[in-house]
Amino acid sequence: MKAIIIDDSRAVRSMLKRMLVGLGFETTEAGDGQQALDRLAENPDLGLALVDWNMPVMNGYEFIKAVRADSSWNHMKIIMVTTETEIVKMMAALNAGADEWVMKPFTAEVIAEKIRLSGIKTI
Amino acid sequence: MSISPADFEFMRRFVLERSAIVLDESKQYLVETRLETLLRTEGSSESPSTLIAKLRAAPTGALADKVVDAMTTNETSFFRDLHPFDALRRDVLPELIQRNAADRSLSIWCGAASSGQEPFTIAMTILEGFPQIAGWKLKFVATDISHEMLARCREGRYSQLEVNRGLPAPLLVKYFDRDGLHWRIKDSLRRMVEFRELNLVGSWPMLPALDIVFLRNVLIYFDAPTKQKIFARIHKAMKPDGYLFLGAAESTLGYSEAFERAKVGATHCFRPRATVSSPSGS
Repeated sequence: MKAIIIDDSRAVRSMLKRMLVGLGFETTEAGDGQQALDRLAENPDLGLALVDWNMPVMNGYEFIKAVRADSSWNHMKIIMVTTETEIVKMMAALNAGADEWVMKPFTAEVIAEKIRLSGIKTI
Repeated sequence: MSISPADFEFMRRFVLERSAIVLDESKQYLVETRLETLLRTEGSSESPSTLIAKLRAAPTGALADKVVDAMTTNETSFFRDLHPFDALRRDVLPELIQRNAADRSLSIWCGAASSGQEPFTIAMTILEGFPQIAGWKLKFVATDISHEMLARCREGRYSQLEVNRGLPAPLLVKYFDRDGLHWRIKDSLRRMVEFRELNLVGSWPMLPALDIVFLRNVLIYFDAPTKQKIFARIHKAMKPDGYLFLGAAESTLGYSEAFERAKVGATHCFRPRATVSSPSGS
């Protein structure tokens, strides 16, 4: 399965990439929500998005709303991976269509568990 | 710093006598790391060997209790292994709720509560899937040998990493409140579970006739005769049509004739046999 990692930190992207590759994913990356929407247009077979909340240009919450407004992306699971821990924000993201939420800091095991909780079978 | 073979042998005997938990040769690392963690928590700069020397001089008392606590704590997470909770939601609870509809009661025992994730996972599974039992007589007892773990359970307070592990985000926002850098279980959920101290090899307090027993990933620490005794006691405490959940790698096979393995959803559990043949034939 193909996954997109959306985070403005290159270090976080590369850490998540290592974890996803270990779980059998092919990955692509984006530095903000707008770039991610462009990548989606080029990669209709993406099945998973890991997305940060705080990013320049377009934040993760706006990205989720934009993706969920387009029913052709209903199949894609979205997991927020963020330092945000406000319940209000968490509820807003879940209501907007996020499938799961991971709070930084996290381990590879946490990412694997949350991907499984979102309904994706991993190796 | 590693401990000597004589110290490890003393710790094995000490833990066996105090908790009946068997530490095999491969557990030396576990003994060292758990003792080092305990010393750090206590703000002590002593070595594990010095701690063991104190324990030899005073094998009972507050220090001994703390060491037993440290040695018997197990790693756990919310919805650990997932399948037993799916089986509860899809098969076990619907059946029991139908069967117990007349007296509107349900009794559950979680026998190795550790830091509380398992009993609270069961409680969330009930609240999410079966709101109709709100007016029922629910007797939900969770026990553990460790005082420190029971205090944690009663407090219901978890670190960010702990709530990240296995807990679906919709349930986190529904059943937890932020508490600084931690998360605290809401009172409505915490009040569903009664936490009590119980040593599986000591005397057992009165338990209600049990519909559901969870005793996962703890029997692996006991030797065969102890397992036989524990299974016999569980059988006595269970309703004839109850459900016993053990860890994925655990079984009653070879230790008890009183249970039979039953497949439930993607997992299996153990159910009391209708009739048990006596091994002596008498």
